Amino acid sequence: MAEIRNYTMNFGPQHPAAHGVLRLVLELDGETVVRADPHIGLLHRGTEKLAESKPFNHSIGYMDRMDYVSMMCSEHAYVRAIEQLLGIEPPKRAQYIRTMFDEITRIGNHMLWIGSSGIDLGAMTVFLYAFREREQTIDMYEAVSGTRMHANYYRPGGVYRDLPDTMPKYEETPWTKGKKLKQRNEWREGSLLDFIEAFARDFPSKVDEYETLLTENRIWKQRTVGIGVLSPERALQLGCTGPMLRGSGIEWDLRKKQPYAAYDEMDFDIPVGVNGDCYDRYLVRVEEMRQSARIILQCVDWLRANPGRVMLKNFKVIPPTREEMKDDMEALIHHFKLFTEGYSVPKGQTYAAVEAPKGEFGCYLVSDGANKPFRVHLRAPGFAHLSAMNELASGHMLADVVALMGTLDIVFGEVDR
Amino acid sequence: MLEMLETVWTWLQSQYLIWTVLKILVIVAPLITAVAFYTYFERKVIGAMQIRVGPNRVGPLGLIQPFADVFKLLLKEIILPTNANRFLFVLAPVIALAPAFAAWAVVPFNDFLVLADVDAGLLYVLALTSLGVYGIIIAGWASNSKYAFLGAMRAAAQAVSYEIAMGFALVGVLILAGTMNLREIVLAQQGGLFDWFWLPLLPLFVIYMISGLAETNRAPFDVAEGESEIVAGFHVEYSGAAFAVFFLAEYANMILISGLTAILFAGGWLSPFQGWPLLGDTILGQESIIWFLAKTVVFMFMFLWYRATFPRYRYDQIMRLGWKVLIPITLVWVLVAAMMVLLGIVVRGS
Repeated sequence: MAEIRNYTMNFGPQHPAAHGVLRLVLELDGETVVRADPHIGLLHRGTEKLAESKPFNHSIGYMDRMDYVSMMCSEHAYVRAIEQLLGIEPPKRAQYIRTMFDEITRIGNHMLWIGSSGIDLGAMTVFLYAFREREQTIDMYEAVSGTRMHANYYRPGGVYRDLPDTMPKYEETPWTKGKKLKQRNEWREGSLLDFIEAFARDFPSKVDEYETLLTENRIWKQRTVGIGVLSPERALQLGCTGPMLRGSGIEWDLRKKQPYAAYDEMDFDIPVGVNGDCYDRYLVRVEEMRQSARIILQCVDWLRANPGRVMLKNFKVIPPTREEMKDDMEALIHHFKLFTEGYSVPKGQTYAAVEAPKGEFGCYLVSDGANKPFRVHLRAPGFAHLSAMNELASGHMLADVVALMGTLDIVFGEVDR
Repeated sequence: MLEMLETVWTWLQSQYLIWTVLKILVIVAPLITAVAFYTYFERKVIGAMQIRVGPNRVGPLGLIQPFADVFKLLLKEIILPTNANRFLFVLAPVIALAPAFAAWAVVPFNDFLVLADVDAGLLYVLALTSLGVYGIIIAGWASNSKYAFLGAMRAAAQAVSYEIAMGFALVGVLILAGTMNLREIVLAQQGGLFDWFWLPLLPLFVIYMISGLAETNRAPFDVAEGESEIVAGFHVEYSGAAFAVFFLAEYANMILISGLTAILFAGGWLSPFQGWPLLGDTILGQESIIWFLAKTVVFMFMFLWYRATFPRYRYDQIMRLGWKVLIPITLVWVLVAAMMVLLGIVVRGS
């Protein structure tokens, strides 16, 4: 008699639900997953090593490419680590801008997450609804930094420039004109802050729209309730952070527990799950989106009332403006030094973490006193979450792996670094 | 001139074979066009539901898009996987498509427009709609691919369980109509919107539509295709014209199921306003082929609506739904339907 063997299947790296380049070797017994073995490294770019050969500021742009769905949060961790070593504190306005953009990033990230996990489970309309709003968050990125994804906006000592007074408008096309054009530009008449405020006020109603499609949907619940249960103890042991940990019922959020930027002045709640299954993680993320909108509104109010500098005036780290350079010898020298060799960071080591949308994104930085980091290590939340894959998926069915992947919210940029 | 035409006409009618082929052409040609435009309709409708525009580049309003798609697929290479069973691999799409078209033979468009007025029409339809799944199973097996194989297994399990629910739903119709002839089933529903079978057979009507979704492998029951799980399921290895045939079969099946729903539960070509005061006397109250087409389009639209709204079921949940929910309901309602006829609540052919 022939030996009965399990079915081994490659799930990815070219798979519509593999979220980039995940290669999952699945051992299947019928359709039941016996073992799920994630293979990583297909998007490895050696970011950490590259950062060692460049002046500190040159690597900020690399951070955008870590978790390429929550760009500014990754920047924030790196920039904060440098600031800690340098012992500088950015102006308050910069802190508020950072807080606001971290939350905009969170909304943008969760938007992609809700869309892709919806489409993974076959609910494709949510995807397009979510991308309608994600487009707005990307427009905010564009307005403030000039790029739609890889913003490169935060700097040690503040942010690269102040918020713009105008918001780019849609131009007339054969398809969008007249009333439709006016409607699309409705929020864009004023400054960026006006736009952000209009967006944040409107956003909870949009979240309601996604929820009507999913939250009480029987099929959605059947597909997510009780799938991939992660107990609080295991979640801690596996190093899960962010919504993965909160979905299991542990109230841990760096924004509350170790406040950075302006989070200690913000009023917001941390949603926590009960069962630790896919559905709870879904609910946690949905609620986080609403809370983010709340934080954004608070930031907008403060930023409206408090104009001021967004960068420190410390020419040892922050380049002087063009104008200052033209009639100040010192400024010219500083400019030259900063743009050739960069600044040197005092000897030491530090760890700075932010609550990125996916979890704790940390940067461990060692400096030997030179103008380049001696070692940069990035703690990516997705890496820890992916290592829980086998445990979560075992015993479930093939289709559940897809549901799981959705709630893990994996982005390979940060897993592979 | 007229006399000549008349002779040609009578000659044609005497030539049984040519006459039948002509009739088949008259049904199949519009059907293929309908399939082509159904894909366009789908993209436009789902586009509107998802706040986007859908195809609008090829031709006015994108109307030529289906033809662009067809030509693209026809011009592509058909790749035969190395270890595939060549014969079955090529045969499978044909097996999937043929029943979808063949079933139209007994579909009555109105009282006299039907290719074959068979007395066992219902059985014939049931038999042919079940055959389509063999194409899927053979395709999955012949491709020698793991994803395709999983898709084929899912399709087999799904077809078996939903075939039963669908069959029982049809038994209800059978009891009420007292005939298996599709034309006579429609005639048994005479008398306006509330005399059609959807009302006394409401649970069966719903179940028939659900099983119809499952039979055609459409969302939320598209596990055999399972885009995000098993990539494209049974047709993952197919490309070019072979894929196009599968595509054609899927949409032809959807149109067929919509048409059958219209005939079995929604009074076929009968007018919903038949016998109503005021409206019943106008042209709206007349029976017409247009009513049949309109009803079919409504059911076709619902297929698209489901796709835009629902997430996909998991394979075992589909089984559970089929066996534990749908089949018991149909069993009960078949009895209820029989009681209704016995007690005279529903009078046959009223």
